[in-house]
Amino acid sequence: MADDRTLPLHDLHAELGAKFVPFAGWSMPVQYSAGVMAEHLWCREKAGLFDVSHMGQVLLPPDADTALEGLVPADILGLATGRQRYGLFTNAAGGILDDLMIARRDGDLFLVVNAARADHDIAHLRARIDGVTPVTDRALLALQGPMAEAALAPILPIAAEMRFMDVRVADWAGAEIWLSRSGYTGEDGFEISVPVDRAEGFARALLPNDRVAPIGLGARDSLRLEAGLPLFGQDLGEDTTPVEAGLIWAIGTARRAGGDRAGGFPGADVILEQIARGAPRKRVGLLPQTRAPMRAGVAIFESETATAPTGTVTSGGFGPSLGAPVAMALVAAETPEDAPLFGDVRGKRLPARIASLPFIRPTYKR
Amino acid sequence: MKYTEDHEWVLADGDIVTVGITEHAATQLGDVVFIELPEVETMVAKGDEIVVIESVKAASDIVAPLDGEIVEVNDALADTPGMVNEDPLGTAWFFKIKVEDPGALDEYMTEDEYKDHIGE
Repeated sequence: MADDRTLPLHDLHAELGAKFVPFAGWSMPVQYSAGVMAEHLWCREKAGLFDVSHMGQVLLPPDADTALEGLVPADILGLATGRQRYGLFTNAAGGILDDLMIARRDGDLFLVVNAARADHDIAHLRARIDGVTPVTDRALLALQGPMAEAALAPILPIAAEMRFMDVRVADWAGAEIWLSRSGYTGEDGFEISVPVDRAEGFARALLPNDRVAPIGLGARDSLRLEAGLPLFGQDLGEDTTPVEAGLIWAIGTARRAGGDRAGGFPGADVILEQIARGAPRKRVGLLPQTRAPMRAGVAIFESETATAPTGTVTSGGFGPSLGAPVAMALVAAETPEDAPLFGDVRGKRLPARIASLPFIRPTYKR
Repeated sequence: MKYTEDHEWVLADGDIVTVGITEHAATQLGDVVFIELPEVETMVAKGDEIVVIESVKAASDIVAPLDGEIVEVNDALADTPGMVNEDPLGTAWFFKIKVEDPGALDEYMTEDEYKDHIGE
């Protein structure tokens, strides 16, 4: 295994007091001096600056939309220019190969995929689409939180004119910025693709703003967990279908049974059948009823004595905004929403109950 | 006060030894959100994992630094685990062990040795 790759802004993170951890082949800032708890709360109240340059950025030719629909169940032909949509690469069994963002811009399609799956996804795209171009000369930053627009608009005025899932190309001091009003924290905010050689300058233009603080990977995980957003590799994987994962909304109406372009993506038979008749499992929010966090892998039972688990925690930890542990789990579809459940934590059956997702109220600017 | 390689501090008063974690350990753990303490009157052996401590990031264990009997635990930690980050060497002690052999503490590090150990 090669050494972990360093982010273009590694030195800036170090200067800001980051602790680094290996993640998906990259050395990532997991937290800064404030710590995960304070960073999480800051992002929910103000604006947090994240470096997500490890994620894969990919360009496709504009006429690749039809071919892309052969890989994802999202409605790509119906995606308007200047808009972005959440999508999933599925496999023939209806499982999930990765989740991604797909933007249609003037003259191309712009994709953002998970770091750990970037190589896989690019090969997967190239098997079907000509002109797949990985973007290797751009950093990706995210500015998230209720004050994100107020912090960004002074240097990128177009930010104030965008709504949730809009994408724009803008100029910042001669640098071409690719901007989307999106993120993965449950907060309003932006993802900002910046040429690598201008990324530090861009970050340094935001950081002096007293609304803005750098936020690490640790808080990114607790923020997305509270927001009920699934993470590929934990809540989503090749053995999870979009229906089980609660992501039917990511399957365009046009791609479902009775739609203009029904099916036509890998695993469509399985997935459309599950939409019609239900899936064996469902992703649920889980609120542990003691202070003990239930982390990924904790087995869920319907009673203190049941021998066969009814599910497994896929993501779990402490939710700083709730001040309590939170989790997401895949459980048997027939599990009643009000059933008392028990998580096996270090050999003890601790009580938990199902809660609707998200755990917090998102602030997306629709 | 003496220090263990597991980043615990131990403080003897006769045959009663109070145990907590060092400031270094608390910083490394990050924000502590949950602590599970042993039951009073439990007999423990050196190396037994007797405390679970969870931060926002992860769960870890604290081991008994000596053989003995747990005679008191710091119940305040269950309700306010964040004390560990604020005052690890003081109010956030974990438990007290009645030990058979207080001399067993001698093998542990002095403050200077511990500082060398963690590279400070």
